[in-house]
Amino acid sequence: MNTTPTAVAAAPTRWTPPRREETWIGWLLDWKPFLIVMCLLPAVGLLTVFLTYPLGLGIWLAFTDTTIGRRGIWVGLENFIWLFEDPIFWSAVFYSVFYTAIATIGKFALGLWLALLLNNHLPIKSFIRAIILLPWIVPTVLSAIAFWWIYDPQFSIISYVFVDVLGWRDTNIDFISTAWPARWSLIAANIWRGIPFVAISLLAGLQTIPPSLYEAALLDGSTPWQRFRYITVPMIMPILAIVMTFSIIFTFTDFQLVYAITRGGPVNSTHLLATLAFQRGIPGGQLGEGAAIAVSMIPFLVFATLFSYFALARRKWQQGEAND
Amino acid sequence: MATVEVKDVTKYFGSTQVLRDVNVSIADGEFVVLVGPSGCGKSTLLRMIAGLENITGGTISIGGRVVNTVPPKDRDIAMVFQNYALYPHMTVFDNMAFSLKLANAPKEVMEEEVGRAAKILGLGQLLHRYPRQLSGGQRQRVAMGRAIVRNPQVFLFDEPLSNLDAKLRVAMRAEIKELHQRLKVTTVYVTHDQIEAMTMADKIVVMNHGVVEQIGPPLELYDRPNNLFVAGFIGSPAMNMIEGKIEGGAFRTADGAAWPLPPNGSGARPAEVIYGIRPEHLRLDPAGVPTTVQVVEPTGSETQVVLRHGEASMLGAFRERIAARHGDVLPVMPDPELVHLFDKQTGRRI
Ligand SMILES: Nc1ncnc2c1ncn2[C@@H]1O[C@H](COP(=O)(O)OP(=O)(O)OP(=O)(O)O)[C@@H](O)[C@H]1O
Ligand SMILES: [Mg+2]
Repeated sequence: MNTTPTAVAAAPTRWTPPRREETWIGWLLDWKPFLIVMCLLPAVGLLTVFLTYPLGLGIWLAFTDTTIGRRGIWVGLENFIWLFEDPIFWSAVFYSVFYTAIATIGKFALGLWLALLLNNHLPIKSFIRAIILLPWIVPTVLSAIAFWWIYDPQFSIISYVFVDVLGWRDTNIDFISTAWPARWSLIAANIWRGIPFVAISLLAGLQTIPPSLYEAALLDGSTPWQRFRYITVPMIMPILAIVMTFSIIFTFTDFQLVYAITRGGPVNSTHLLATLAFQRGIPGGQLGEGAAIAVSMIPFLVFATLFSYFALARRKWQQGEAND
Repeated sequence: MATVEVKDVTKYFGSTQVLRDVNVSIADGEFVVLVGPSGCGKSTLLRMIAGLENITGGTISIGGRVVNTVPPKDRDIAMVFQNYALYPHMTVFDNMAFSLKLANAPKEVMEEEVGRAAKILGLGQLLHRYPRQLSGGQRQRVAMGRAIVRNPQVFLFDEPLSNLDAKLRVAMRAEIKELHQRLKVTTVYVTHDQIEAMTMADKIVVMNHGVVEQIGPPLELYDRPNNLFVAGFIGSPAMNMIEGKIEGGAFRTADGAAWPLPPNGSGARPAEVIYGIRPEHLRLDPAGVPTTVQVVEPTGSETQVVLRHGEASMLGAFRERIAARHGDVLPVMPDPELVHLFDKQTGRRI
């Protein structure tokens, strides 16, 4: 009966968190170099297996005369020397650059225009926003097949509209049966497919601009063009640079659209480097040469990445502490 | 400089009415503060004066010209936003010079005008910095500088101090007032802080739920609030309100306390009234109403005491130091001259 008071008397020693014992595991986990290695290992491992290995193999193949079914031997720069004298290769280089340049300009002009439209208060905004994503959601191959039909010399719906419905033309439009029309048609298809990505990304960028900036500029006496020029453009520049870099890379390495619609034809006039590499390497069997074409894309991609590196460098006005 | 005339202005957002028959007239060079609780429509009214919101009904004139359909840039006003709305990609100089740049002003003019504003506000050292590299108070000053460079007819401020800490707020308050005394530009200033309103305004417009409750100089609002809302809103600590009836020449509560009536206006008084006494107008008086001390809060300069008599709880602010404790009985008495009576039904002053 008298034991309770003693128990109460003992209680007042306040509970203190037990001191943690220093173990070597604890020490190791606190050691930064070890942590860095541990955390990087999975990523580096995955990258090695799934990125570096195929890339390395591709580069290796480019310096061999491997064909399908026969292990090649090291031939040095021979593949590249061949390519250097190959007009089809140069035509593919030309078309890749042309395709990328024109398609990027088109995508960004139309995408920015759409983004600006959607950034206003339109009554059916969310509906348009959903629609606009369609070209991007549809698998490329599907949309390529659709375009293949749209561009068909005989059954093209556009030709049908112009010839049979409107009666503006007597003959079907030539979309993909001669070189230049085919080139432009493919660019149009690529622009169509690329607009959603650009428009939605830029719209996200536009929406980060505080409306009060526009209001302040309105009071400062700006015209709509001046607001675009002095506020919108500089404020979306950072996101524009990222989106443009990605877009350039994706466009330059495009394969599906061209391969599904023209297979590089007519007469190799619409080959991109990627389709030419595939053509030579897989159906043509010349793995070494195909690899060499693929490897020759690397300088262009490095250039695009460098462009992003410098364009993305944080601008001066973004630096410094934001204490808001 | 110009007058601003707000006449019968109403505002709807869709079907919700935000402002109802607002009438305010602002004299040339006057410093007018719009004050009221959050959501009462102060910003909306200010933005309508600026031209950032359209006017559903009524007219707004600036300098005698009706501006209902005049675009913001032609109204010759400058506004300081709550979040300052500084252009983040421009230096302080470019921010301040932006309006001149838009008007294709020559470089010398820009330098001169910005230099003048920077000198007034002490921003000379910061002209090449970006907004991110400034403290809150400095940004606030840049926002004002941008307004000064415009040389406007009217300055509009929307809660410019609400992002600053208490001490800086007091300092900037004085600075803005000084600026106004120097430039003498008509100013409309929005705040929800009644102390800011009291200390800065030539004239206060008290708003509530989209209606103007009372307009007047700060001390007039303090001395003669028109209704219960203004009485409760203006003054800190807030006025005590006690419910009861007028019987036999005194105000009596249900708990039997009898408070003296103000001497003036012995006309028709409704039976049910609300008796308003400011905490600072309560006196210790042996013949007063015996109240029980609930809480004592000495602030040094005065002692605030929460008192209770029956159902009625009230705050007293006394200049003398009071050594009372919880449960003690203090007899208190208001100065009858300083008592406010309100009709319980309508909330109006009687
Ligand atoms: N664009 C809008 N659409 C619909 N209702 C709005 C809009 N802007 C404001 N309101 C409503 O109008 C009322 C007044 O808003 P306002 O911004 O003028 O309040 P305020 O007095 O400035 O409040 P605060 O002190 O919080 O800034 C609010 O009830 C708000 O919900
Ligand atoms: Mg507001």
